[in-house]
Amino acid sequence: MAGSTLASATANPAAPAAGQAARPHVGPWKEAWRRFRKHRLAVVCAVILALLILAVLVGPFIWTVPIDDIDFTRRLEGPSWDHPLGTDDLGQDILARVLYGGRISLAVGFAAMLVAVSVGVLVGAVAGMAGGKVDAALMWLTDLFLSLPELPLLLLIIYLFRDALTGVVGPELGVFILIVGVIGGFRWMPVARLVRAQFFSLREKEFVEAARALGASRPRIVVRHILPNALGPVIVAATIDVAAAIIAESTLSFLGLGFPPDIPTWGRLLFDAKDNLDFAPHWAIFPGLAIFLTVLSINFVGDGLRDALDPRRVK
Amino acid sequence: MTQYLIRRLMIAIPSLLGISVILFTILALAPGDPFEELATNPAIPPDVRANLRASLGLDDPIHQRYFAWLFAMLRGEWGYSFVSRAPVGDLILQRLPTTLVVIGASQILALCIALPVGIYAATRPYSIFDQIANTLAFVGFSLPTFFTGLLFILLFSIWLDWLPFIYRANIDATGWRWWWEHLRQSIMPVMVLGLFQGAAWTRFVRSAVLDVIRLDHVTTARSKGLPEGRVIRRHIVRNALIPVVTLVALQMPIVFGGAIVTEQIFRIPGIGSLLISSILANDTPVIMAVTFVFAILVITFNLIADILYGWLDPRISYR
Repeated sequence: MAGSTLASATANPAAPAAGQAARPHVGPWKEAWRRFRKHRLAVVCAVILALLILAVLVGPFIWTVPIDDIDFTRRLEGPSWDHPLGTDDLGQDILARVLYGGRISLAVGFAAMLVAVSVGVLVGAVAGMAGGKVDAALMWLTDLFLSLPELPLLLLIIYLFRDALTGVVGPELGVFILIVGVIGGFRWMPVARLVRAQFFSLREKEFVEAARALGASRPRIVVRHILPNALGPVIVAATIDVAAAIIAESTLSFLGLGFPPDIPTWGRLLFDAKDNLDFAPHWAIFPGLAIFLTVLSINFVGDGLRDALDPRRVK
Repeated sequence: MTQYLIRRLMIAIPSLLGISVILFTILALAPGDPFEELATNPAIPPDVRANLRASLGLDDPIHQRYFAWLFAMLRGEWGYSFVSRAPVGDLILQRLPTTLVVIGASQILALCIALPVGIYAATRPYSIFDQIANTLAFVGFSLPTFFTGLLFILLFSIWLDWLPFIYRANIDATGWRWWWEHLRQSIMPVMVLGLFQGAAWTRFVRSAVLDVIRLDHVTTARSKGLPEGRVIRRHIVRNALIPVVTLVALQMPIVFGGAIVTEQIFRIPGIGSLLISSILANDTPVIMAVTFVFAILVITFNLIADILYGWLDPRISYR
């Protein structure tokens, strides 16, 4: 941060020195928020994302039409006042199903991100602190995971383990744990690399040296001094991971190999809709738009966060 | 260069072995076993089943089983499909060319989009063109392939009725007509994959070119009085492509994932749709083999990226 104050001071030689002294202390988070606001698209997308999350959380309480209310007299209808997003081939209301599916898709996205970030931070921190052989071995593992074909392996693992896990904890929770674990387990590598690189540069910095000289223990140095400073890029990567996990889950459901058929995730809705495209396009378009909007806004928010949290970028 | 190539190959082999260990571990940990077919068959008495297991080495310690499996895979003995009883290798070889053609064509399309757009945007940063290209790139890689595929079918097949939405392997036509039909049915799958990749790569190219354009050697080249086109081609793009190649190689698993989805949407008879249909039919030997082939493909493309890398940046191959 010292570099950024210096740069702004030299860029503005006319700025009154008194004004600088009187300026209130600006914390790093406030500073980040100030920079985030400058990325107008990111702010718009953050609002859209917040509305989407609110809609799937609160929506089912306001729009109380059940997701499995079968009505054969009203099948494959286009949007109307009774069914704002139309109905599917069983006459079920698509708005209710999209809202419910959003809960699952977003829950999978955030949970898988948490798994990926936890594993990534752990691997990256161990590699970055240990160095030497441990580091080499962990980085080899990271590179190996980076060259694994993700989707075929996801499909293989779900195919092999689904029945066993659903037998233990029930079909919904079983598939949820499996999908979150596997998607998270294949997405930790970028975070691990980022954290390791940050650790390598931070652990030689003076303030870490000072903490070490004061007798701080290794875990304390990692948790209190290095990790908070390595957090910026990790937050950006985590945001992108949510989007990637939502796409991965939707892909699995779209291939008919994700959640069981009675749970309408966004991908599952598209899977059911794809054979009725010619006479019920609304059935595919609305869940597809939901995925697209969510992923797009998450990606833009991630871009805004990158601008906000990267101290090297002085604007 | 030869030495560099050999070194890269020596790195590729352990990763292939690592992947095979991961695959085998997944298979070994999986509940149930490939003999499920026999286990549920009441006509086979338990002792016959136990003898069969022993004779096939299924009760051996796990490392022995791994090496037996690995050598069988390397010798090309991939077993027989549970469903069609055909050798798995033949099934895959039949379908691999289609997959490679579709993926290859889409990568070329992606390059044709990403290189010009990315370079043009980076040479005029924050211009209107740059902003539009950047926004479109975000839209492009936020649109999942399965949704673009459905939208294309809706637009080009159902509303406009220009293109067929089912890919047929055996077209009963000859000569130009045959080529024309193949071209027509490949347009949508190639576009779906190519646009998605192109959008992601445009951003890579743009940021890489932006990094290089500030360097001193570019200023030198300009002050020597070289024409701008030559500066961009020889001094900027060649250097900017080095990080792009790495990023593109890292994207390979995503490309193959996208190919599976696209093959499923357009019913292309490639190995991706083979994987899905064999999962739906519980055809374990085919599933294992196809996953292994995908792993080999990813490693091969990483190797190609490494070779390109050495060609683009001679310093690397001398290290």
